Amino acid sequence: MANVLVYIDTPGEHLHKTDRELLTLAGMLGEPVVALCGVLTDGVSAELGAHGAGVLYLPAQDGLGDVLVAGKAAFLAAAAVEAKADAVLLGNTFEAKEIAARVGIRLSSGVITDAIAVGEDFSVTKSVFAGSYTVNASVTTGCPIITVKANSVETATVQGGSSPEVRRVHVAAPSHAARITERSERAVSGRPSLDEARIVVAGGRGVDGNFGPVEELADALGGAVGASRAATDAGWIDHSAQIGQTGKTVSPQLYISAGISGAIQQKAGMQTAKVIVAVNKDPDAPVFDIADFGIVGDLSTVLPQATAEINNRRS
Amino acid sequence: MDEAIPALNIAVLVKHVPDTQFDRHLNGAHRTTDRSESILSELDEYALEAALQLVEAQGGNGHRVTAVTMGPPAAVNAVKKALQIGADEGIHLCDDALAGSDASGTSRALAAVVRHLGTADLVLTGMASTDGETSLVPAQLAELLQLPQVTFASSLELTHDGGGRQLIARRESDNVAETVRSTLPAVVSVTDQINEPRYPNFKGIMAAKKKPITTLTLADIGLEASEVGFSGAWTRVEQAQQRPPRSQGVIITDEGDAGRRLVDFLAEQKLL
Ligand SMILES: Cc1cc2nc3c(=O)[nH]c(=O)nc-3n(C[C@H](O)[C@H](O)[C@H](O)COP(=O)(O)OP(=O)(O)OC[C@H]3O[C@@H](n4cnc5c(N)ncnc54)[C@H](O)[C@@H]3O)c2cc1C
Ligand SMILES: Nc1ncnc2c1ncn2[C@@H]1O[C@H](COP(=O)(O)O)[C@@H](O)[C@H]1O
Repeated sequence: MANVLVYIDTPGEHLHKTDRELLTLAGMLGEPVVALCGVLTDGVSAELGAHGAGVLYLPAQDGLGDVLVAGKAAFLAAAAVEAKADAVLLGNTFEAKEIAARVGIRLSSGVITDAIAVGEDFSVTKSVFAGSYTVNASVTTGCPIITVKANSVETATVQGGSSPEVRRVHVAAPSHAARITERSERAVSGRPSLDEARIVVAGGRGVDGNFGPVEELADALGGAVGASRAATDAGWIDHSAQIGQTGKTVSPQLYISAGISGAIQQKAGMQTAKVIVAVNKDPDAPVFDIADFGIVGDLSTVLPQATAEINNRRS
Repeated sequence: MDEAIPALNIAVLVKHVPDTQFDRHLNGAHRTTDRSESILSELDEYALEAALQLVEAQGGNGHRVTAVTMGPPAAVNAVKKALQIGADEGIHLCDDALAGSDASGTSRALAAVVRHLGTADLVLTGMASTDGETSLVPAQLAELLQLPQVTFASSLELTHDGGGRQLIARRESDNVAETVRSTLPAVVSVTDQINEPRYPNFKGIMAAKKKPITTLTLADIGLEASEVGFSGAWTRVEQAQQRPPRSQGVIITDEGDAGRRLVDFLAEQKLL
């Protein structure tokens, strides 16, 4: 069976949903093995086993994460060699793509990003040009290195999995690397993350400084909160909420766009959503061209009415 | 205080990409990007602006910003635009054998150009090309050139303290903000948060006509045709299907009950 190496970064107390998706995918394609950077807790170790990981590679030394990307890439490349990996799977964050990029050079292997499906022959399905094409691509040289978007697989556990066997990998510290001299963690909201959410409610310049109606509707629907660049640039909400070409690309079941005109750079991040709802007071807003359900109206009354209606129906 | 300011050489990588305002297509047997309606990648304008601002902040003379592109003959237009905006000279790597390069082939070719230039203190790039959108190239360049990688910088400055020049950058990701320090030379990619790119003015457009553009071939930079293009690619696009454009659904005008009608729609779609 193929050895499919899954890269997991700083899991914390529990594996992230995307990590569990990668492990499930690895199990569908072959034998999952794991390379993990960060602290390993007993809980995480048990979860790895429950998702079928037989062997776990850890760096033999600390501090790989103190430099930008290079250290983690050196470790993952070394682990791929040790594991005789037939393919390497990573998440699709900016950093994971960069680690993949460097591992590709180290192993003389092709890299494919943004996968939404991976076949048994490791061929990859992805969309390009802001969702206007679906392509099928393969790695033709080396060990396929694939970064997989969140929500591409349903997670599953295996029967009777036990904690994986740990093996240490020695890595030469990269000599040419930028050093991280300061790190500040931001408070995480209780809401689902944008990458993983089934429902996203996003606000733009039209919220005029008040994300309250957007957040309340998101909470009523159990969704994540997103924003246009106009809204993040104005400082009304954190930059990490930005959807679009230079922000996050999301493909949720439902995307509710409120007070967003629908510029091409915004559409680039959301037009592969299953269902799009738009609320905008301008009937000519381009977002209506791609909306399944559009409301010409004021978000500051439409959104609260919808939130109240949802809460009513539930009580 | 008469300390001489060492001249700064910056290579800015600029890509000629299909304009995102129009429909974009994959063509031909190899399903390659149709580059007929192309422009300087809008995300690379942030890299160029960052280069110009760094040079301006240095003071002194002799600094040089070189715009580098790799692509078919028309790609020289990306370099010309960069010269109009303010770059001092241009390099266009152009060779038939480059057609079909994937990220690794592009990185090998651009790394060879940077080596050929020999003197770059900084290699500045955009955060992603707006066509490929992989963000692979900057990290691969750093790996190939064995230079520090400072990617997704949302601010960038140079300091002279503590022996030699250093750069300090900020990075923001989901839940962390980081400060990063690096020695030079380094490969740096910048986000659209870093600055507000300037437009070319009339003076810049006139001045650009006199600025030198050098065209290089693979032979000039010491690469074999087999290392790049279709033959040197490590990935291949097997199939491409155009997705039908999204069509407009139902549009209503709020008559006081649109919030409730929105919830009816969600219920119908089983999204509640
Ligand atoms: C290089 C580059 C990258 C970019 N990347 C991104 C990106 O990743 N994501 C992104 O979003 N943008 C991006 N942009 C910016 C993009 O071009 C648009 O400027 C931006 O998306 C506009 O945001 P907006 O729709 O919120 O604002 P506007 O275009 O100003 O639209 C506001 C809308 O709100 C409506 N409105 C106002 N008040 C109300 C109300 N009370 N109720 C209902 N509707 C109301 C108005 O009718 C209008 O349609 C990028 C631009 C560049 C140049
Ligand atoms: N053919 C090219 N010519 C010049 N620069 C390029 C080319 N391809 C990529 N780049 C640079 O690399 C960055 C990231 O591109 P990518 O990895 O393709 O998303 C771009 O913003 C450019 O600065």
